[in-house]
Amino acid sequence: MKGKRAISSWIVLLVALHAIVILAGFFAPYDPTEQDRKNPYQPPMRVHLVDTKHHFHARPFVYALQLREGTFDQYEENRGRPLALGFFVRGARYRLLGFLPMDWHLFGAENEKIYLLGSDSYGRDQLSRFLYGGQVSLLAGLLGAGITLLLGLCVGAVAGYFGGWRDDLLMRLAELFLALPWLYLLFALRAFLPLAVNPLQAFFLIIAVLGAVGWARPARLVRGVVLSAKERDFVRAARGFGATGGYLLGRHIVPEASSVLLTQAAILVPQFVLAEMTLSFLGLGVPEPVPSWGNLLSSLQQYSVLVSYWWMYLPALMIMPFFLGYLGLGSRLQQYAEPYKIGK
Amino acid sequence: MSYLLRRLGHAVFLLVGVSLLAFLFTVLAPGNYFDEMRLNPQISPETISALRTQYELDRSLPIRYARWVGSVLRGDMGFSFAYNRPVAPLLLVRARNSLLLTVTAMLLAWGMALPLGIWSAEHQGGVPDRLVSSATAALLVIPDLALALGFLVMAVKSGWFPAGGMVSLHFESLSFAGKIGDLFLHMALPVAALVFSVLPPLVRHVRAAVAEVLDAPFLLAAEGHGIPRRTLLYRYALPAAANPLISLLGFSVGMLLSGSLLVEVVMSWPGLGPFLLEAILARDLYVVIGGVLLSTLFLIGGNFLADLLLYWADPRIRTEAGS
Repeated sequence: MKGKRAISSWIVLLVALHAIVILAGFFAPYDPTEQDRKNPYQPPMRVHLVDTKHHFHARPFVYALQLREGTFDQYEENRGRPLALGFFVRGARYRLLGFLPMDWHLFGAENEKIYLLGSDSYGRDQLSRFLYGGQVSLLAGLLGAGITLLLGLCVGAVAGYFGGWRDDLLMRLAELFLALPWLYLLFALRAFLPLAVNPLQAFFLIIAVLGAVGWARPARLVRGVVLSAKERDFVRAARGFGATGGYLLGRHIVPEASSVLLTQAAILVPQFVLAEMTLSFLGLGVPEPVPSWGNLLSSLQQYSVLVSYWWMYLPALMIMPFFLGYLGLGSRLQQYAEPYKIGK
Repeated sequence: MSYLLRRLGHAVFLLVGVSLLAFLFTVLAPGNYFDEMRLNPQISPETISALRTQYELDRSLPIRYARWVGSVLRGDMGFSFAYNRPVAPLLLVRARNSLLLTVTAMLLAWGMALPLGIWSAEHQGGVPDRLVSSATAALLVIPDLALALGFLVMAVKSGWFPAGGMVSLHFESLSFAGKIGDLFLHMALPVAALVFSVLPPLVRHVRAAVAEVLDAPFLLAAEGHGIPRRTLLYRYALPAAANPLISLLGFSVGMLLSGSLLVEVVMSWPGLGPFLLEAILARDLYVVIGGVLLSTLFLIGGNFLADLLLYWADPRIRTEAGS
């Protein structure tokens, strides 16, 4: 089964990527909100294995950065001060998975901060902010997709199973939601919700908005599945034995829709992660100081940052493996669910 | 004709539905433009309540909706609190700029997607097919936001393109040709970002649709008659594959409208995107509703064009409508 192996290799990739983000406390060298006002906008440090005298070191190291003479934001490597990277070092305290208190980090350097992805305007480590930001963005995407699928499942099941005026009403509403360009819809929904909110409220607000936006497409797909499933012989037989509508839906009909829902999930999650990023980027989402992939990029809206501090763009490149994973999985699942379409 | 009438009825239903939906959200909305005013100690509560009465915010919802529909029909589309003037003229200027981007991007994207998709369908499984499909896969992985920001970073680093805006500062002093050139230079990056973000799905659908008809007996027969390959592909295969593609045309309008909202903000193009964002932050509700309604109108316009095209291209729909 070639298709199955491809699906499982995409899943392995996704699980690995998500594990890094979930265990951000361990993989990130610092706390995402820890400021270092003396080192704003430090460029990414280069990891070396060979020093200035061409000696090879088994332990990778970086050179400490210092301000170039006569500038205020141009750094250069101080070749006299190599900082050896330590592995499994102790550093900032954090709670692994939200409850295990720990202070072990994958890497770090003694007494000196190292910035592998550079630092932002407050001297916060961009790598740490990226990893912790992933927790916010990915969770928003996953929960948003979960709510959307649940809504879509309920609406689709009701419309398909009961039919009649319920079907008409719900499907007209779905057409309405499908007709609107999604970003306008997102804007409109966000416009009518409070603006000044704390990060946690903002997070749940975004999830609610995302969940409310995308239900129409899964609802239509589920409706189609339900329509065909409710006339299947085993469903008719169950109905003949006196099964109620709720039992039929839960036991026989909804399971038929599981492959459709799974495929939709793989397609929806990256879209919702991107939607969260867009909102946060525009200042309508999760606010500072909590990092999210969207507000990590929002400093690029300033011209000066764009001109001088290119590494602020790196998070945009770092999210691509995640999107690759979801897209690959989505297209494989689609092929698996509809094998007759591949040949074409 | 009844087919087109049915589509028109559908369009009206959509517009009414969207406006009702947008209005329902305003009831649920906590806070409005005047709540921000209340924080200002220099504005007395009496002034604010007078303003609220003037803008009829205290009236019941059906009355407000009826008033607003009346103002839409008059061509005002409600009143902007922040700009203190009717919404429609404000929106139309921005909408024109947005349409300039989206229409250009749409023409370019389809102009690229058709030959690429056909080329790749023609050589199914061959080198061109693999080349095109891996390129579209790569583009698909890059999110819109990263793409637009990436273009902007490159523009600033290289200095070849202006970093945002619609015209240069010295625009008024340029000759006519100079003005066009300046506008083109400013349009290049936003349009490129839009085109690349919608291109992958378009190419894939064109390829799939054309690949499906390529095996049809009538094409084999045409090939047997010695009709040249190019004519075969573009005059025979493409029209036969047009049906799903024309539906996709309507759909791509929606994608481009959404995409352009974000691209405009990133590249500071003076279109609907920055304007709506500003209105959301100021709680200028009628502007937001107007913007959403206008975008629905564009979308319906795009879909209606697609329907007309379908009516023209697909004889099956004409006969079905006639019978």
